[in-house]
Amino acid sequence: MSLKQNLHNLKEKYKGTKMAPAFNAIHTFLYLPNEVTHGGTHIKAADDLKRTMNIVIMALVPCLLFGMFNAGYQHYAAIDGSLRTDVLANFFTFDNLWIGIIKVLPLVIVSYGVGLLVEFIFAVIKGHEVEEGYLVTGMLVPLIVPIDTPLWMLAVAVVFGVVIGKEVFGGTGMNILNPALTIRAFLFFAYPTWMSGDKVWVYDAVNRTGTADAISGETILGSYAQNQEVIYSTFDKFMGFIPGSVGETSTFLILVGAAILIFTKIASWRIILSAFVGAAVMGLIFNQIVAADIITDSSKFYGLMNTVWWEHLTIGGLAFGAVFMATDPVTGSQTNKGKWIYGFLIGFISIMIRVFNPAYPEGVFLAILLMNVFAPTIDHYVVQGNVKKRLKRTKVKIA
Amino acid sequence: MSKDIRIKKGLDIKLVGVAEKNITKISQSSIYAVKPEDFHGITPKLIAKEGTEVKAGDSLFYSKSDERILFSSPVSGKVIEIVRGARRKVLAVKIAATASQEYKDFGTKEASTMSAEEVKHHLFASGCWPFVKQRPYDVVANPDQAPKAIFISGYASAPLAADLDFTLAGKEAVLQAAITAVAKLTDGKVHVSVGVNSNSPLTDLNGIEVHKVSGPHPSGNVGTQIASIDPINKGEVVWVITPQDLVVIGELFLTGKLNVTRTVALTGSQFKNPQYVTAIAGAIIEDVTANNLQNENTRIISGNVLSGKEVKAAGFLGYYDNQITAIPEGDDYEFFGWNKPIFNKISTSRALTFSWLTPNKKYDLNTNTNGEHRAFVVTGSYEEVFPLDIYPMQLLKAFMYKDLDEMEALGGYEVAPEDFALTEFVCVSKQPHQKIIREGLDLMREELG
Repeated sequence: MSLKQNLHNLKEKYKGTKMAPAFNAIHTFLYLPNEVTHGGTHIKAADDLKRTMNIVIMALVPCLLFGMFNAGYQHYAAIDGSLRTDVLANFFTFDNLWIGIIKVLPLVIVSYGVGLLVEFIFAVIKGHEVEEGYLVTGMLVPLIVPIDTPLWMLAVAVVFGVVIGKEVFGGTGMNILNPALTIRAFLFFAYPTWMSGDKVWVYDAVNRTGTADAISGETILGSYAQNQEVIYSTFDKFMGFIPGSVGETSTFLILVGAAILIFTKIASWRIILSAFVGAAVMGLIFNQIVAADIITDSSKFYGLMNTVWWEHLTIGGLAFGAVFMATDPVTGSQTNKGKWIYGFLIGFISIMIRVFNPAYPEGVFLAILLMNVFAPTIDHYVVQGNVKKRLKRTKVKIA
Repeated sequence: MSKDIRIKKGLDIKLVGVAEKNITKISQSSIYAVKPEDFHGITPKLIAKEGTEVKAGDSLFYSKSDERILFSSPVSGKVIEIVRGARRKVLAVKIAATASQEYKDFGTKEASTMSAEEVKHHLFASGCWPFVKQRPYDVVANPDQAPKAIFISGYASAPLAADLDFTLAGKEAVLQAAITAVAKLTDGKVHVSVGVNSNSPLTDLNGIEVHKVSGPHPSGNVGTQIASIDPINKGEVVWVITPQDLVVIGELFLTGKLNVTRTVALTGSQFKNPQYVTAIAGAIIEDVTANNLQNENTRIISGNVLSGKEVKAAGFLGYYDNQITAIPEGDDYEFFGWNKPIFNKISTSRALTFSWLTPNKKYDLNTNTNGEHRAFVVTGSYEEVFPLDIYPMQLLKAFMYKDLDEMEALGGYEVAPEDFALTEFVCVSKQPHQKIIREGLDLMREELG
């Protein structure tokens, strides 16, 4: 008997049992199910949630691969600064990739392993199908944490994020906050020393602290926040040859991902565009404040306020957040008009937090979580506009 | 002053099996049935009993809520069975037809000299009233309400739909008689829409306002046309009649007979010869499709693939339907079907789906759901195929959590299930949109009247 027939027989055997969702999750991964339409339309379009999520994962793969090389590159470049003189020659090496394999892959495996385990347990307990949301979350999480994040810490955060961020609301589609960012926020507030500072961004920097081999891995935002000079060129920043969370450094590859998501109509171009516009506007406002001499170089905000507005778009997690996190359709604004407002405010507030937050010079994840909370409010007012139009039409008739 | 209707949002679903434009007269079927479920919201009270001899036009049952609304036998013959379901609900009244048809004589009438009440009573008595449907709620019209307008869509944009220009050709006289009659029923206008390049016999009728329609499906849905011509507000009612039903009404006035003979399009890839045939409403499917259907693993649909009803070969043509579609069932697994590139299915995204490359290709779609049922996740995709000024997802959710205030405020009065057929088709989460809308409308009707 063929694999297809065997699996079909097993599915019939498990039907109605507790383990059915777990089995179906694996079965539907291999085979598109044999379900036919009933009642409504007799034909259906080709897309399902698995296909949608799969596209997002594929759009993330370039960032992941780049992040793996960058993990090694930042490590070796921190030890031997001369490597930075010829980036392209020293970047795509096996030594760099090896660091990625031993440091980044475990993050991916732990993220998926723990997250999917929680999903399976909830599916079996609650008797619903395993939903695909975590396929993307599981990929996002390793890309937005510092490379030296201990694996146990990640596991704890993933459990928290999936259970509190999603499952308590009823699973994929019902959550209020972006699960990946809930995990990030949990890490940030529970283990702040592992999430910021000048050590966590480069592999092994933490271990070497206090020894003769100590290396530093200050991020660009960290340097600016301390009003220090930054050693990286614009090209480095845009291409991503800089320290930072695993997968968010390469603005170029993030834009490639954005192109994939927009072309396939998976992500909202409205959100992505308006987030960049929002960030640029806030950056310009700060630039004007500096230009008007309201803030001088004695201020602790000077470094970040004086950052040219377009540079803000290439550093930190802004691009990654705008393209891959803000566009989550479940937690974002759901109306097209609302998406403009939602995206704009994410960009705007991100840069505001970036400049003013004394403890931690990045605000993207906080801005997105904040706007996640306000997205239903934005939608409410957009939809009320439609309702009012309808009421007005009725009144004109009566009058 | 006529207003042209141009629709941009929508989707033309092009399928294999367009009916060829020749009409085959098929021999009369042996068995017919009138199914109360075709008339949504009607509770039938039987008049005919098993064994009753009827003529075409004799009443079989009436509506429990309004006993003036009669439902007539489409053929002459003998009632052979009252099919009942759970709690003795009447599912169908089956009639064995006699070889030569006898018609009950309702007398020829000149509609122009009749009053509105007289027209109404003529329609009641002959069993033609159920052809008049109303919005809101998409049910048989309540004759005690005054409609602000009557809408007739002479343009069919649904997948493989019968070409109305073709099926109505040469029927100007009966259509005019019907228009003259139904125009009496409203103080408002009779809006008739035709395709922008059509030579529809409806165009030149008197007493109507013609609108030229262009754009993708659902431009032919009467709900889309109402929304752009004269949207329904709270407290208002419009009536809707299909052109093929107008033909029946017109014949009633001109000949005095109830003749529910339709030109039915046999469409879809499972027909050997997709074509037009003449058949009487309620005919048994296997007779209409005889020698033409590939029976292996076929889904037969009375109506179109988006909002028609599934029927078996031993089932019956729906009372309002002028199309039978047959497509392959999709009850098979597909290896890695969720991530491999797809060339043979339609999609509005470009997620490794390539139907955007070949907009004019005809597809042979089957009934597979292409994925499992999920909660609403993706946003913005419904809006691309939904031309009404309504937020589709928000309305669906309001209908699901049954908040009557929101259902009303978000546009519940303006929609019918068929308006949500395309959003259901493209839905990534495979939600049953039309069912949600139908149940929500029933609730609104019950609670708000």
